[in-house]
Amino acid sequence: MQAWHFTEMPYPHVPQGDALPSMRVTIPSKLYDPKIGSDLYNRYLDEHVIADELGLNIMLNEHHQTATCLDAAAPLMAAILARQTKKARICILGNPIANRGDPIRIAEEMAIVDNISRGRLDVGIVRGVPYEVFAANTNPTQTLERLWEGVDLIVKAWTSHDGPFNFEGRFTHRRVVNVWPRPYQQPHPMIWITGSSDYDNIKKVASRGYVFATFLQPHDKVKLMFDAYRSTMADHGLPGGAGMAFMPLVYTADTEEEAEKGAKELTWYMQTKTPPQFRNPPGYVGVETNVKALQGAYTGRTDAVRAKGMDYLREQGVLMYGTPDSVAKQVKRYYDLVGGFDHLLMMQQAGFLDHKRTVSSMTLFAKEVYPQIKDLPRTVMQKAKAMA
Amino acid sequence: MLTTDQRKTLIHVSGMDIELERRGRGQPLLLLYGEEGLEPEAPFIDELAKHFEVFIPSPPGFGSSERPDWISNIDDISYIYLDLVEKLALKNAPVVGFSLGGWLAAEIATKDDSFISRLVLVDAYGVKPGGPYDRDIADFWCLHPSEVLKLKWHDPEKGKRDFPSMPEEKLTIIARNVESLARFCWEPFMHNPKLKRRLHRIKVPTRLIWGEHDGIVTPAYGKAYADAIPGAILQVIPGAGHFPQLEQPETFMAALREFLR
Repeated sequence: MQAWHFTEMPYPHVPQGDALPSMRVTIPSKLYDPKIGSDLYNRYLDEHVIADELGLNIMLNEHHQTATCLDAAAPLMAAILARQTKKARICILGNPIANRGDPIRIAEEMAIVDNISRGRLDVGIVRGVPYEVFAANTNPTQTLERLWEGVDLIVKAWTSHDGPFNFEGRFTHRRVVNVWPRPYQQPHPMIWITGSSDYDNIKKVASRGYVFATFLQPHDKVKLMFDAYRSTMADHGLPGGAGMAFMPLVYTADTEEEAEKGAKELTWYMQTKTPPQFRNPPGYVGVETNVKALQGAYTGRTDAVRAKGMDYLREQGVLMYGTPDSVAKQVKRYYDLVGGFDHLLMMQQAGFLDHKRTVSSMTLFAKEVYPQIKDLPRTVMQKAKAMA
Repeated sequence: MLTTDQRKTLIHVSGMDIELERRGRGQPLLLLYGEEGLEPEAPFIDELAKHFEVFIPSPPGFGSSERPDWISNIDDISYIYLDLVEKLALKNAPVVGFSLGGWLAAEIATKDDSFISRLVLVDAYGVKPGGPYDRDIADFWCLHPSEVLKLKWHDPEKGKRDFPSMPEEKLTIIARNVESLARFCWEPFMHNPKLKRRLHRIKVPTRLIWGEHDGIVTPAYGKAYADAIPGAILQVIPGAGHFPQLEQPETFMAALREFLR
């Protein structure tokens, strides 16, 4: 089991609750104070450097036009950390390829970071969350197609070393593709792809031998996703080594009371608001799902989850908190419930959770929880061995 | 009276199945409905069917028409409709297009208006009169649904629909229509940048009928549209928003009858 530190790099100093109509897409930048913001950027980067020193890996992401995530360009953060860290693997999860629209540029950026970090980069490539299509004006009915055309082109660009090739696809036309530098890792860095209950997509991720990652989902749903991944991996006779990743909110403290306080602050992330028109852009999900939406199946669902509170989130495995032994137990419980997984992506900072308390939780996790879960077997490898 | 479904057939054109509804007897009239897909049941269509044989095709991705993957915009669909017109051997036919259907009608007419007797565009999309910083067409995908309702209807109460009580087949069509609209019209948003430069090719008598309170494409937008079509006249219907045929059916029909006479 690999553990990864993550913060979405929030700028929480904006009106809270109903005082702000939207935390995303339309939130005016007059609410951003560069003096506070520059401190936050440096603080979050410091915490990633501390994660490296503690023996944790580092996960980065990017979002646009939002106070929930100051990292609007994850490759920039990855480039800084490639120099400032020594041992940690760095995973961008991910490059929102459907919204960025230029796979070749992503291939170049990632190859550079892979070289500077001397092969410590994992490259997540994602279709982008629904509300992001507005910032990029990407056609929401084609984000999955864009994702896969882009992924395949990036891999081809990374692994072609004999001069240019031609590519005239649906979304990208290049007649002289010839990426410099080639990646440090050969044949190329591991690719990670995120998803939810779209099993066809999960199978596609598995059949190509990439890592599948999912965030903040209850264990019963994740079990089905990971089962789909495992069975496809086995069908293809792939040896493993890629695997599955899950992200909960994690807070570790010396006492249960302290942990609960910290965890409560992390749930700030779950309260951030997005107006209805940005939550489900037309065609982002399929017709069947939208029929259910018209029938009112999802109305008030988010509010219902919020109302159920922390115990519910903890039971679902979306929120893990407590003393080190308790957190280790919760990770193992989740591991067992979903049939095993390989990467624990931990959102250990959110909202107003300050530097001191963030680092305290990270340190306790690294020193007292990580040793208890590190040797949980990489499930995919095991299955492959069993088959052999 | 026949139900709507009994009048619908599939017709094979341009390598795909297109849904076609035919109502009434008489001179042919091509009716191109809008993206909402709720209009085919409106009484004004039966009114038209008293005097015309009304042809109501569903564009690819709308109704039960196929949506082949190669179609990316309204320009593509206009060529499919030209094939359809040829197959049906329509001649001397009025063409009446509403909203998205108005845009489609304009696209068709710029390419071939030889089969059209008169062209009517009702609160149509399709052009962008202003510059890069102008929001010429209200961005209904970026506005709160209640706000969109107010922009579309003079009386927003009339625009409310009870979706949960509708049969699943109907909801499936509605959800698919919305998806298809986004597929074809997301970018450029609700217009074809080339269309403005082609509208001068329309030589048939053209009337633009517009709801006075249309907040999605305003009467000023309609005026700019009309100015680009030789001899076209804009007629504004009071007490109506984006759907004058639904909000003021009598005034609307009077205007239409007067022009088609």
